[in-house]
Amino acid sequence: MSDIKYILGLFEDPDEMLHGIDKLQENNIGIYDVYTPMPIHGIENKLGVKRSRLDIVAFICGITGTFTGFGMIYYMMAVDWPMNIGGKPNFAIPDFIPITFELTVLFCAFGMVSAFFFRTHLFPGRAPRVMELRASADRFVIAIDAKKGFDSQKIDELLKEAGAIEIKHNDRKYVSYE
Amino acid sequence: MGAYHHSYNLSETFDFSGKVKTLSIIGVIVGIIAVAYGFFTGHTERTFLNLLLMSYYFTCVCSAGVFFCAIQFVAQAGWSASLLRVPQAFGRVLPIASIILIIVVASGLFTHNLYHWNTPEGSEEFSASKAIYLSPIFFLVRIVLFLAAYSIFAGILTKASVNEDLHGGLNSYKKSIKFSAIFLVIFGFTTPIWAFDTIMSLEAEWFSTMFGWYNFAAMWVSGLAAITITAILLKKAGYLSWINENHFHNLGQFVFGFSIFWTYIWFAQFLLIYYANIPEETVYFYKRLEGFYMPLFWLNLIINFLSPVLILMSRDAKRKTNMLLVVCIILLCGHWLDYYMMIMPGTLGEEAGFGIIELGTIIGFVGLFTFSVLTAVSKVPLAPKNHPFLEESLNHQI
Repeated sequence: MSDIKYILGLFEDPDEMLHGIDKLQENNIGIYDVYTPMPIHGIENKLGVKRSRLDIVAFICGITGTFTGFGMIYYMMAVDWPMNIGGKPNFAIPDFIPITFELTVLFCAFGMVSAFFFRTHLFPGRAPRVMELRASADRFVIAIDAKKGFDSQKIDELLKEAGAIEIKHNDRKYVSYE
Repeated sequence: MGAYHHSYNLSETFDFSGKVKTLSIIGVIVGIIAVAYGFFTGHTERTFLNLLLMSYYFTCVCSAGVFFCAIQFVAQAGWSASLLRVPQAFGRVLPIASIILIIVVASGLFTHNLYHWNTPEGSEEFSASKAIYLSPIFFLVRIVLFLAAYSIFAGILTKASVNEDLHGGLNSYKKSIKFSAIFLVIFGFTTPIWAFDTIMSLEAEWFSTMFGWYNFAAMWVSGLAAITITAILLKKAGYLSWINENHFHNLGQFVFGFSIFWTYIWFAQFLLIYYANIPEETVYFYKRLEGFYMPLFWLNLIINFLSPVLILMSRDAKRKTNMLLVVCIILLCGHWLDYYMMIMPGTLGEEAGFGIIELGTIIGFVGLFTFSVLTAVSKVPLAPKNHPFLEESLNHQI
């Protein structure tokens, strides 16, 4: 038994899976994660998942873009190569706003996509790592870390009781598509 | 999933009485006194401009309510189904608001207090091609036609919703979608013309093609703010128990997003004129960036752009009703200032100010709006109980 890494409970019905989560939590069994083919409302609160920090990344990238854009165009228009455009001052702030705005959006978008890829290990060309392939088709999966010292017999019973149609004892964390 | 149960009283109706009713009637009386004061102390033009400002604002907010209903139907949105009665009440008030606006515009036009293109010396300022467009009869026909069309569509949508309550079924919903789609096309093409006529032609020698959309953005933001305030206050008064922070989150996103849209349009208009630097166009901003109006010009941007962006940016702020209420009230004041900056500099110039007439007309129209909208709200149950997406709205969660 000692080489089992993760216990997976596969459910057919989201309500039964939610019921399974309740059962496990009543018995103080920590849930590693839950995989579902569709978003289920309220499940983040139930599992105590912390809010995504992607918005902080977005803000930092955006503000970097703002200063880069404004600094760049200031250097070009007012320092390096001042030109007389329609008699306006070289440092004409309204003219700078579109470029500043565009660079803010650009940095923000690229920053968020890169941060997302980095955190989810999902960059192009990499085989995705998943714990259960059918979690993207028709199964609702509860994963429990078996190394945390919970009683696997009891976990099996609880999952079965809640309506799991299949229970897997995996000795590898991920299955890959190959 | 079918596992949700709720115990809302969906047939509850709003009871309009007591302090709010008294206060709104007092507000209307204060408004009438202030207008009379304005006329008798010789500030006729200033009073007319204030009446135009507030009645235009009032009509805009009411037509934004119809617009809100229409886009919810066309998008087949589910989240808003349980609060649709609030914007619908705005639609019910639209005919009253339209009549007031038409009376103000017509009397201002014929007494030569508004629209100086109608005076002999005024019409020399612009070319002959504009004279056809700005002839008094054609001008009034356009305004009456547009506002009548909006009011008729508001009536159709309200009636369909009442029929839905009585008979159930999907017929009313399908009818609402069809008429909403037609309304949106008409509304989209005519609101810019409405804004060109009512507000832009106060300075007939100047023109901007962005002006229609700029007014539309202001109308839509202030309408959303008014819908949000009405919903929050109804909830605080113990009604609309099914509306929760998820619905307010959506309304907050609308207010936040369209405040930025307003700034985008405002800036697009400003930047093009600033960059092109053509004297006949820059004169508009020259008036607004000098003297009395200069601080107001920047205040307008701070209130209508910076305050929603800074306060409403986070998710939590949109979900706290008090925070949302404060921002929406700030925005309604801000868009009053926005309309003030559209109307006053080109007409009164340095003689404008903020005194009894301004404050009185504001109080009067706020009273009138409260009275008429709450009367309209109290006429039908607060939830459209047979709306096909009602269940989705009651279980809305984001």
